[in-house]
Amino acid sequence: MNSKLENIKKLDVSKPLKLDCGKTINNFPLAYETYGKLNSNKNNAILVFHALTGDQFVTGTNPITNKEGWWVTAVGPGKAIDTNKYFVICANVIGGCMGSLGPRNINPETKQPYGLDFPVITIKDMVRAQESLLEHLGIKKLLCATGGSMGGMQLLQFCATFPDRTFSAIPIACSSSHSAQNIALNELARQAIMADPVWDKGKYILKNVQPKNGLAVARMVGHISYLSEKGMQEKFGRKLQEKADYEFSFNADFQVESYLRHQGYAFVERFDANSVLYISRAMDYFDLTKQFKGGLVEAFKSQKTKFLIISFSSDWLYTTKENKDIVIALNASGADVSYSEIITDKGHDSFLLDEPDFLKTLKSFIDSMQDKFNNEKRI
Amino acid sequence: MKKEFKVISDLLHDNTRVLDVGCGDGSLMNFLKEEKNIEVRGLELNQDNVQQCIHKGLPVIQGNAETELHQFPDQSFDYVVLSQTLQAFYNPEKVLKELLRIGKSVVISIPNFGYWKVRTKLLFFGKMPVTKTLPNTWYNTPNLHMCSIKDLFNFCDEKKIKIKRVVGVNEDKTSLIKKNNLEIKNLFSKLGIFLIG
Repeated sequence: MNSKLENIKKLDVSKPLKLDCGKTINNFPLAYETYGKLNSNKNNAILVFHALTGDQFVTGTNPITNKEGWWVTAVGPGKAIDTNKYFVICANVIGGCMGSLGPRNINPETKQPYGLDFPVITIKDMVRAQESLLEHLGIKKLLCATGGSMGGMQLLQFCATFPDRTFSAIPIACSSSHSAQNIALNELARQAIMADPVWDKGKYILKNVQPKNGLAVARMVGHISYLSEKGMQEKFGRKLQEKADYEFSFNADFQVESYLRHQGYAFVERFDANSVLYISRAMDYFDLTKQFKGGLVEAFKSQKTKFLIISFSSDWLYTTKENKDIVIALNASGADVSYSEIITDKGHDSFLLDEPDFLKTLKSFIDSMQDKFNNEKRI
Repeated sequence: MKKEFKVISDLLHDNTRVLDVGCGDGSLMNFLKEEKNIEVRGLELNQDNVQQCIHKGLPVIQGNAETELHQFPDQSFDYVVLSQTLQAFYNPEKVLKELLRIGKSVVISIPNFGYWKVRTKLLFFGKMPVTKTLPNTWYNTPNLHMCSIKDLFNFCDEKKIKIKRVVGVNEDKTSLIKKNNLEIKNLFSKLGIFLIG
């Protein structure tokens, strides 16, 4: 897997980046992928921010895992985010494990992988690192930026930190500050990893092993939270996994158990346990209200970006209410904001699925923004 | 009704911010944007309508005007427009108060229950009136609080809400409504359009 990681697109960011925690990183790799073609006016670029366990391989085939990209439903030729028309960019977040600087990288001071010596990063650090990619690509202003879940949080931060860098923005199923419930669920995931003896305070990396059991449980927690109660009941109910009756054992009798085990153990093949700790921490620390003294309204003050906020009715992780709070703040700051709640039983996962209403809304908005962006440039 | 849109548009000044509450598929917002140099926003409950607005590139917030107007700050719009929906709210008085808080002025259009055809239907047939402007029957109408131009006129007077202009519409004809012609206009207007606040 590591040899494959050497062949992916990487930007060597030479400009030192002072992190929120006080430490500075420099000469660090930022792995990214692009789809479609950047036009000569450089005004068809769309930046996608990925979620907690995502990566830069948005669509097509992920060259590392050989699986489909995580947002193949929305991005690609003829899709809602049409790569025949638009130039789509996505970077792996710092702290991640798909080629960007993360806890698996070698610490120049010790010549060993960082492990827990990796600095604690924030959503703002991630976003600032990605801004250097736009500089590198020569894109002054994006047509649009989007992302769901943690991707949406990065996007809100991006808009607050760089108010003039994108013409439009679509934060999806996210929040302007991580809720107590979400911090608790992240803590559950972290505790599962740290309770695995293989984790060994993050030093497993030196022994070239992975705390598989802990990491798999962490992923199972996530998967439960991505579904809705109704969706789960409809999908699994009390159905048994390829058997006629109970086994009177602790094997996966129920389909839902089998599903969780499968998702959990598939995940350990492609993700790093320490990265989960770091990235989930960054999410917990995210609080735009705290960052800006006047609260959320202040964060979005003097925004020219045109927003579309999308939430899903059955999402209990990033609820409609949390998404609406963003709309209210944008309204109060006088920003141009649209909002749509998609009615679905599929929970937080909806943004990754083939949800026709969602994809139609996404497409309509982006296409209408392209016309406006072109007109504005002409004026 | 295009005439209604035109009358509303004529009430608005250029270079202003307008919120269209219950904006539907965005037809009125589109019309106003073409007629005037204004910035429009919409609030709409129905998901299909919201999608259509987004498709047209019109900024729209999905939400319920009955319960979610609190999200808009005081006096944040020059005009708040409410086209033929006041009568459909559970609590029109509360909504009206919110509209006056959000907008420096408020434009309201109502299907006039005082229109002579409406009155005669009830008088001669003893049935709830079904007309072009009031196409629903009693059991499926969204209109909970029907009122006449005179009712809304008197309501504004009672609540000390400043009436800036009232226009009566009957097909293509429009006329200014004042206190001295209220009785007759209330009889012959299908639609009343109020500029208040």
